[in-house]
Amino acid sequence: MSPTRISGSISTDDGALPPLAASPHAHGGVSVAQVMLRVMLALTPATLFGFWLFGWPAINLFAVTVGACLLAERFCERLMGRRSSLGDGSALLTGWLLALSLPPWAPAWIGLLGGFIAIVVGKQVFGGLGQNLFNPAMVARVALLVSFPVAMTQWVVPQPLFSAAAPGFIDSLRITAEAPAHPDAVTSASLLGHSKTELSRGVAIPDAIASGPQALFDWAGMRTGSLGETGALLMLAGGLYLLASGIIRWHIPAAVLAGIALPALIGHAVDPARYLSATQHLLSGAALLGAFFIATDYVTSPNTPAGQLVFGFGIGFLTWIIRSWGGYPEGMAFAVLLMNALTPVIDRYCRPRILGRRRDGRALEPTPLDNTGGA
Amino acid sequence: MGILDRFLRTARFSGGVHPDDHKRPAADAPLRVMPPPARLYVPLVQHIGSPARAVVAVGDHVRKGQRIGEPQGAVSAAIHAPTSGRVIAIGDIVAPHPSGLPVRGITIESDGRDEWCELEACDDPFALDPAEIGRRVARAGVVGLGGAAFPSAVKLSGGLGARVELLIINASECEPFLSCDDRLMRDRAAEAVDGIAIMLHATGAREARIGIEDNKPEAIAVMRAAVAGHARIRVEVIPTRYPMGSEKHLILVLTGREVPAEGRPSDIGVVVHNVGTAVAVRNAVRFGRPLVSRLVTVNGACVREPGNVEVPIGTLAGEVLAFCGGLRVDHGGPARLLLGGPMTGMQVPTLEVPVIKGTGGILVLDAAEVGEGDGGPCIRCGDCMRACPVGLLPLEIAARVRVGEVDKAAGFGLADCIACGCCAYVCPSRIPLVQYFHHAKGELAARTRGTQRNETIRTLTRAKAERLEREERDKAEALARRAAASLAAAAAAKQSAPVTEKVAEDANEESGVCA
Repeated sequence: MSPTRISGSISTDDGALPPLAASPHAHGGVSVAQVMLRVMLALTPATLFGFWLFGWPAINLFAVTVGACLLAERFCERLMGRRSSLGDGSALLTGWLLALSLPPWAPAWIGLLGGFIAIVVGKQVFGGLGQNLFNPAMVARVALLVSFPVAMTQWVVPQPLFSAAAPGFIDSLRITAEAPAHPDAVTSASLLGHSKTELSRGVAIPDAIASGPQALFDWAGMRTGSLGETGALLMLAGGLYLLASGIIRWHIPAAVLAGIALPALIGHAVDPARYLSATQHLLSGAALLGAFFIATDYVTSPNTPAGQLVFGFGIGFLTWIIRSWGGYPEGMAFAVLLMNALTPVIDRYCRPRILGRRRDGRALEPTPLDNTGGA
Repeated sequence: MGILDRFLRTARFSGGVHPDDHKRPAADAPLRVMPPPARLYVPLVQHIGSPARAVVAVGDHVRKGQRIGEPQGAVSAAIHAPTSGRVIAIGDIVAPHPSGLPVRGITIESDGRDEWCELEACDDPFALDPAEIGRRVARAGVVGLGGAAFPSAVKLSGGLGARVELLIINASECEPFLSCDDRLMRDRAAEAVDGIAIMLHATGAREARIGIEDNKPEAIAVMRAAVAGHARIRVEVIPTRYPMGSEKHLILVLTGREVPAEGRPSDIGVVVHNVGTAVAVRNAVRFGRPLVSRLVTVNGACVREPGNVEVPIGTLAGEVLAFCGGLRVDHGGPARLLLGGPMTGMQVPTLEVPVIKGTGGILVLDAAEVGEGDGGPCIRCGDCMRACPVGLLPLEIAARVRVGEVDKAAGFGLADCIACGCCAYVCPSRIPLVQYFHHAKGELAARTRGTQRNETIRTLTRAKAERLEREERDKAEALARRAAASLAAAAAAKQSAPVTEKVAEDANEESGVCA
């Protein structure tokens, strides 16, 4: 380098010019993997609570489901000759969400099959990350629920780790490996399932809950349900963390919860014998998991605030309809898939206003400055 | 500025980003003036519009400030010798552009004396006719120094047709790394305000507002002091947010008015000039001094002595860097050489590109500053949509461009994109969105040109057919007339011959017009 002048090009070691990049020549530093990591962090408290509540079989199922998703992802990418994208964390997250929506003591084959369905059918056949129309975890859950209704509705009564009744690690392997469900498991109904069954027998909901098993509803989460259902308040905390850290916006969760709560409030006020209360709705099933973690999936939800409100409210309302009048006790997964299908339509009609244009796309009329020179 | 006021202003435009500004310590380093190097490479096009035409020949001796390029057409700018010396070549020089393709320019070998030519000074610019100010600014080759390099005289002297109510001085300098406007205001506030007063006089606007982002407290203080005696000039402190310096956004924040899409600020009675341009206008009008140098921010982790330098136009980037102590090669060495800021500036392949009138910065960034990383597919997170200050859906536009559906991309408002780069800055998948949009805009422009060409060919073909037809008809008519005339001549053979000649001449003349 001469002291007076630097000449020549900035070149790489082998003398080749670096490839020219378009602007901007700066980046905010956020990566897809970071986003996924934050979501997993938000899920961790509720998941750990579920692990504690349901013990080793639940941990086994979680590991199998997540493992199946990772394997399926790698398998598909190898088949397509693509480089591995396991590092972005999206397959791991899909497995995680699916595991949270399964009965905690479901046998291993449920998790294995579910993981493969989620990744292969739900995601990779569409072209991989970002291309799928439907939420992969919900595709798998619905496929499992429709195909194996018995295995998918065996809700075990909580047997916390280290409690006397809880199976040890070795026993848990037997429980996880066996099919059908292990006879040791004291199964029970979840709140939504129990009230639906009793209602169909003509028992009013307050009586059904009063006469039902003790673990139907509990603010602290000591109740039957899926991993993601019991720790509802921890799930809410995780969701609020996602909101605070800017990973998700408030529109979808608020609209989902409003979509469930508003009709539930009205229904319960009109006929308490027929309809569950808003609180029971919001803290049961996948309401909070769905509102904060499933419906907010970037790929399968609309982008604009208006679109997100429509989408979220649709999910909430459909969930309430299915729970109240449908054949299945829980409707979140179906509602999410239905609204996923509407996402392209919602996106088409909900667009932001472009600067200098009206909503319909025509240019604004010039508004000359007034005498005060504007605001 | 009160909290409420601040909130209202911030709320006026949605989107935008807050990149690390990296402006200090370069902004705080004292201004340095670089002497002219041995050779200067002066491109004939440094502005928006038609290139200038060289008016000197190889071997000519020129003095500093002497006009060497004549503007051509309505939108063009004159080019002047940045120092005194000899013209040693008129031909191709490397364009300050990513392509590194040649551009026509004049190479001057300095004689080391840096002698000005005779300049036409003016003691009282406010006594001049506004049109005359425009002419003087045009003669000085002043262009917008904010980066777009639009010939300033066109915007100053009512060339836009509409009445100007408000003059906005863009001193927001929202691009990270750049601080030449900040430095200019700190060191030459009085000159800038004098220039703004001259511009007020030239445009006929009632008042001027100087928009400065709140990350430049020193500049705000000195500018406030400098405008103290001017009732019609105000300093407005605006929130720091990129792209605050975008013309339409600055107007929105300062007036609350939106410039209509496809329109110009003058549509709502506003004209926007950069603060550096104000100083150039002052120099042009008061001293007749053409624009032959400018402040350039030399910055980036790879520059040894970052700071702001007054550089003669035509100096090679490598020489400016050498003046700033050269490049550091530690921490991975230079990753990217840029002209302009990191958000909208362009990467150039070599250091042998000249500084031109629109060059606000020479940046040599390392890998960490560029933030290089692996990309991936779009996950539709919508961050680009939230970052877009124009209200576009970059993810949807990019998805269309990706599969070649440029028309559909245009349907999503591609033409309204200002290429600010916010979308790509926030994209977690690091999709080069701006590159997609440039590509699609180019494609659309090429298509429009193609359509225009076809249209022109069709019009010309039709005109030719009509002309041929007309000629045939005229010829036939002329023949018939001639035949009739000769008949008449034969019939009137006994009468005077000159009349017959007159008829024949008329016929010839008629066909001659149509030929």
